Amino acid sequence: MILLRRQLPLVITLVTGLGMAAQYYVPHPASEGLLTSVTKWLQIIGGFALVLGVTSLFHVHAVKIRRQEAGWGYSVVLYAGMLGTIAVGLWANGKESIDGVMTAFGWVYSYMMVPLQGTMFAILAFFIASAAYRSFRARSREAAVLLAAAVIVMMGRVPLGEYILPLSGDVSQWILNVLNASVRRAILIGVSLGAVALSLKIIFGVERSYLGGGKE
Amino acid sequence: MERETYFVKRTRGTAGPFLKVMMVLAALVGLASPVPAQTVSLPPHELRVFDTPSDGGGSLTVVWPPAPHDSKEVRYQVLLSEGAEDGDPSHFKVVDEFSSNTHYVRDSKWPWWTRPAGPEQHHATIKNGKAVELKSGNTYAVALAVVAGEQRIFSSVVQAAPEPNWFNWNQLNNLLLVLGFGGIVFFAIGLAKKREMFLRRIPGLDAVDEAIGRSTELGKPILYLTGAHDMNDPSTIAAAVILGRVAKRAASYETELLVPHREPITMAVCQEITKQAYLEAGKPDLFKEDSNFFITTDQFSYTAAVDGIMLRKKPAANFFMGAYFAESLLLTETGASTGAIQIAGTDSDHQLPFFVTTCDYTLIGEELYAASAYLSREPVQVGTLRGQDIGKAVILGVLGLGTLLATAGVALDVQWPQLFLDVFKDVK
Repeated sequence: MILLRRQLPLVITLVTGLGMAAQYYVPHPASEGLLTSVTKWLQIIGGFALVLGVTSLFHVHAVKIRRQEAGWGYSVVLYAGMLGTIAVGLWANGKESIDGVMTAFGWVYSYMMVPLQGTMFAILAFFIASAAYRSFRARSREAAVLLAAAVIVMMGRVPLGEYILPLSGDVSQWILNVLNASVRRAILIGVSLGAVALSLKIIFGVERSYLGGGKE
Repeated sequence: MERETYFVKRTRGTAGPFLKVMMVLAALVGLASPVPAQTVSLPPHELRVFDTPSDGGGSLTVVWPPAPHDSKEVRYQVLLSEGAEDGDPSHFKVVDEFSSNTHYVRDSKWPWWTRPAGPEQHHATIKNGKAVELKSGNTYAVALAVVAGEQRIFSSVVQAAPEPNWFNWNQLNNLLLVLGFGGIVFFAIGLAKKREMFLRRIPGLDAVDEAIGRSTELGKPILYLTGAHDMNDPSTIAAAVILGRVAKRAASYETELLVPHREPITMAVCQEITKQAYLEAGKPDLFKEDSNFFITTDQFSYTAAVDGIMLRKKPAANFFMGAYFAESLLLTETGASTGAIQIAGTDSDHQLPFFVTTCDYTLIGEELYAASAYLSREPVQVGTLRGQDIGKAVILGVLGLGTLLATAGVALDVQWPQLFLDVFKDVK
């Protein structure tokens, strides 16, 4: 049992991890072919995993409806929307339009899905405004520096701002290219080293908690 | 350009070889075009054509020495014959053309250890693409033409076959640096097993217990998100590892845990991790399969659903670990409006400002990867962190030394600093 739950997955991780790391250094078409095959396998596994996901979704909302938990009406809407979309999708053979005529599936996508996604994205503008208001209140020295930098950058990025404050364009560019870029690169160096170290730990079995914890 | 095309067409006629001979003779006696901007006296010599090293095949590299006539006005044409048997370069296809004072090996992307010729030599690469079809294993005839005004002189024809290679020597520095860094990490792990190592405080991780405790006191659930990416991404793996620690603490405090997912495989892995955490906490009966649940892979549909959970269930602690995109602010601002204590950890540097603004604590970049070691305090994990620190010190040293050497190279007009700089170039 331990062999199947622990040792075998660790051996597979070691072999696959080293193999795919080596693949990066091999330009031969055979190596490219291996990468393509592995990517396809990942997609296939992902396809099967989607069944798991959808099953989980149905189960969670079925329980909510059965128990009539708070907000169970939303679960009914989810069921109706999901089953309805599956039905029209099967009816249209997965096509959004046939011979230039929009199918019901295409209508659901174009007139329901896209506007809803657009609405969510549009809310971001208001959230940015409220978050900016909170963080730019100069309650500390750091916040005051942040406020000053933000004002300069904002002025420098719009024509009117640069007209009012002519230097703001150059200063904002300097803030972005020097201060911002250097800090960003420092973060990226740390992130890269962290990712490599984590990958090494996983490949060599030092980090095993992703297998389900335990130390046996 | 039109005149050049006309000339090429003329040379492709039956009188091509005759014209070529005449042109060479004319060039030799200085009787080429009536008013040439520049005259060329010699054809390109010592032409070398070979398979481009360190590639996947379908490419040939041409190398030749500089000539006295090299200038902006004189141009080189790289000529290729689809078949190896054609010996007349005037019939060849022009696959590349450029001024003769460009395309030096020193300006190429090759590092010094893979340069096929001296830095002063010319080079051109013929690649399989729209203009030309090069198949690995087939032999092709390649020649070079020097064009000055209406004068066109050909080199001798050289044959070569592109072949795929088994190792990319251009990335040798990358491999050595990875092996070196790996060695440092394992050395540090060995060191950590022998003696205790200092770990600086990470307030965001210290606050994990505080957040779980607050949820327990208020009798509200904990919301934990693992980010937008799948298990291929190290940040998602790091998020899943931290979930194990959070789940164990939540189990021991008997606090409800909600983990909505965007990716089914991540959900399956996190289910196992959570189950194991409840077992380790001695509360297997409290584990619920439904604590990890799938919502959708769609970015904004997922965001809307999680925002809904935040507003309806009002979790007292929200964890945002892993990779995030535009949804980050939509999630955290909604969470902030419910009054929850919020801890974020991400390597998505473009989303960091939003997390810093809206969350109580943020694990910045590498701190996300350090979380596992920080929370467990296991010597093996702590040793990895020390290895990372040594790696950062090395990079810092290289940055300083590289800046000095690059400056010295420009100030003294010398090439030797490039030997050092190339080792750390294009390390990706």
